[in-house]
Amino acid sequence: MHVVVVGNGIAGVTAALAVRRLQPTWQVTLVSGESTHHYSRPALMYLFMGHMRYQDLKPYPDALWQEQRITLRRAWVTRLDLEGRRLELAEGAPIAWDRLLLATGSRPNLFGWPGQELPGVQGLYDLGDLARLGENVRGATRAVVVGGGLIGIELAEMLHSRGLHVTLLARERSYWDNVLPPEESALVTRLVRAAGFDLRLETELKEVVAGPDGRAAAVVTSRGERLDCSVVGLTAGVRPNVELARGTTLAVGRGLLVDRSLRTNVPDVFAAGDCAELVRPGERNLVQQVWYTGKQQGECVGRVIAGEACEHEPGIWFNSAKLLDLEYQTYGTVLPSPQPGETRLWWERPDGHGEIGLRLVVRDGAVTGFNALGLRLRHRVCERWIQERASPLHVLAHLEDAHFDPELFRRHEAEIVPTLLAQLDLTRSAA
Amino acid sequence: MSRPLPVVATFVVDEERAGFGAPLEAPPPRSLDAAERAALAIFGLGCLSLVVQLAGASIAGTWPGLLSGLPLAALGLGLYFRASFRAAPPGIRHDDVARRGISSRGVTAWVLGVVLTGFYTVLYWFPSHLERATALVDPLALALSGRPADGWFLYGFLYTLAVSVFGVRAAMKYRHNRYQLARTASVVFFQLGFAFLLPQLLKGLRRPELYLTYFWPLKYDALFPSSVKALWQTPGGLGMFMVVWGAVATFVATPVLTYFYGKRWYCSWVCGCGGLAETAGDAFRQLSNKSDRAWTIERWTIHGVLVLIVVTTALLWLAPGELSNTLARSYGFWIGALFSGVIGVGFYPLLGSRVWCRFGCPMAAILGLLQRTVSRFRITTNGGQCMSCGNCSTFCEMGIDVRAYAQRGEDIVRASCVGCGVCAAVCPRGVLRLESGPAKAPVPPVTLL
Repeated sequence: MHVVVVGNGIAGVTAALAVRRLQPTWQVTLVSGESTHHYSRPALMYLFMGHMRYQDLKPYPDALWQEQRITLRRAWVTRLDLEGRRLELAEGAPIAWDRLLLATGSRPNLFGWPGQELPGVQGLYDLGDLARLGENVRGATRAVVVGGGLIGIELAEMLHSRGLHVTLLARERSYWDNVLPPEESALVTRLVRAAGFDLRLETELKEVVAGPDGRAAAVVTSRGERLDCSVVGLTAGVRPNVELARGTTLAVGRGLLVDRSLRTNVPDVFAAGDCAELVRPGERNLVQQVWYTGKQQGECVGRVIAGEACEHEPGIWFNSAKLLDLEYQTYGTVLPSPQPGETRLWWERPDGHGEIGLRLVVRDGAVTGFNALGLRLRHRVCERWIQERASPLHVLAHLEDAHFDPELFRRHEAEIVPTLLAQLDLTRSAA
Repeated sequence: MSRPLPVVATFVVDEERAGFGAPLEAPPPRSLDAAERAALAIFGLGCLSLVVQLAGASIAGTWPGLLSGLPLAALGLGLYFRASFRAAPPGIRHDDVARRGISSRGVTAWVLGVVLTGFYTVLYWFPSHLERATALVDPLALALSGRPADGWFLYGFLYTLAVSVFGVRAAMKYRHNRYQLARTASVVFFQLGFAFLLPQLLKGLRRPELYLTYFWPLKYDALFPSSVKALWQTPGGLGMFMVVWGAVATFVATPVLTYFYGKRWYCSWVCGCGGLAETAGDAFRQLSNKSDRAWTIERWTIHGVLVLIVVTTALLWLAPGELSNTLARSYGFWIGALFSGVIGVGFYPLLGSRVWCRFGCPMAAILGLLQRTVSRFRITTNGGQCMSCGNCSTFCEMGIDVRAYAQRGEDIVRASCVGCGVCAAVCPRGVLRLESGPAKAPVPPVTLL
């Protein structure tokens, strides 16, 4: 039995390792055009800024793949031949499969902006983009980043570390307010501005203008302003990379459509990670584009490929990020705006060089979500509280159980608890 | 029949061949602000004064001479650190660590390594060449100990100055992290107070030169019969106190403190070797070898040295004679001087700041065994938040592959962990926490690999 995995990101490699674990005699091949070995994509920014070398980004030692008898094929897949059950590659002989996993990740969104193909304009997703960025920033002094989210702020930081002046265009009213509630978003907006970035809210890209050398020389915004720059970063979100499905019988929505066991409509063909779209009867389809869900999906699809039964259970949502020097953690459901029946509690204070904050979301007497900015919470504790439908009183009474800041750091419970209790009382008396 | 797709990428990066990891060359030179320029000017003048005095200027050996040399340079450097970190964005910035020569085994690192190793060699075995330099610190030696400086005083002076001024650098670099600030203050305090000033002051009072923060087996002769007897017989009782203190430190305080806090109470909060490693050595922490092979070697060598010092000490007491004396002398030369001193510090820019601590120190071996078996100390990992970026492993000075544990959601309990806390500080997702509290039920790893 030959299992072939296209894409060596976290979903693909987790699946490959799971298959190997459960089926010691099967042949397992990992195919990738981007790199020979699996590396941590979220760490690309640290590679660019010179914090680490490329080899430091690899979660596993190179020798592991040989030990696990997983074949690594470095090649771009050009065509998916579903009838012939083989992959055609840009270089080298085609690869035949018995079971195929497509873990092709994402691609940066392009919205047909005039000039988006000019040299100097690029997205930020893979190693190729990083190499290109290295070339583009040489001699550059001004950059414009289009899209105010996580990748946008990371790219801005990367460019800033090279001494470029950065203008950030965000179509939202407040930074990342399509994900963050207003108070969190306002805190982050202040942070971005304080760091010296020229943040233009409610502003989109209209076109990129070429200079005499044919490279990007300026952008024109939706407000009609012209901003000179030689580097344009397009970070307006990502979409599932379903290129290989084009022209085949694979069912595609936003992503490659899969059932709960991550099977596509084609027998023996599976999809997992950023590129997959989970069809769940009675619920909305789900595209999950973060690291840990890639890992979860990879583990699940690996088992299914190996012959076990498994249904992907998203579990209680969590995520984390770092916006400049501010750590962000989220557990459970925290939507940008209050939902009917929800009570939202918020605490913030200045701290160190910025501000920190904590949000609790309460619904039907139970805490359903946490946002933490600049302070660390224990994942398993918050998860358990949400699972067990802990009341806000219980959570506040045991808040120190979730404390995960390093030792000797200032403790905030003495401030947080009375503040949030007071907010709870207010909402109660108002109700 | 589907049409072939065009090759998706215009860049095919063979990172293995090209050694991908340097998408850019060295960073563009940064312009200095006024505060940085002033500080560097002071540093330059201090260095100039030192050179001129070494060349024979008449103020050599006077207080103005002494203060206008290295102390002035140290002041300038400290001010520069303050100014340059303030000019940078907040947070722990490791920008260009992987590209700068000094932090990636480049030209400056190699030269520095040769110079440091050479200096230690001269200090230990050809101290007469350092007479001029030693004379420069005479005023201080006379003030503290009542005697002119010798090579060891010069060494202590330089060491303490380095720990102090690079302590300023560490405090600035980690200024938003209270654990790092406390730990840095602690090592500077113990080095300055207990490893330099106190012994010299005691000397000045005609008392034994007591090093309260060094005991057996790091201070390998502390339990040798010759030292014990000499101390015990010193009039005044201080010698006896030192023998008892040393014994209590080694056999009581060590296990107890290690049970509660892990070996970090000593290795990254008190010990002078650790003090230099965490301050002057901080810029080199990423050079530690993270491979499994290095881990295997370290376990053999560190326990080998422990066996050696235990056997040597035992023989000196139980079967004194030719063999035991030879062992003691050899240990003093090969381990005490060459390994601990020359290689331990000289190799900072090449192998990182903890070569002695990781591969040789018998004290670390004992502390490590306690840490791994009975201690409450561990580094906990925060559920599923790890995204395997590698910052933790990269900046671990002891060469622990922290990421391997974090990405599995597994607690880190390793004999070599000195609890410096930098892994937890540089983690961008809040995944790691040093813990000494009562152990909670361990969380099983979330994945198997």
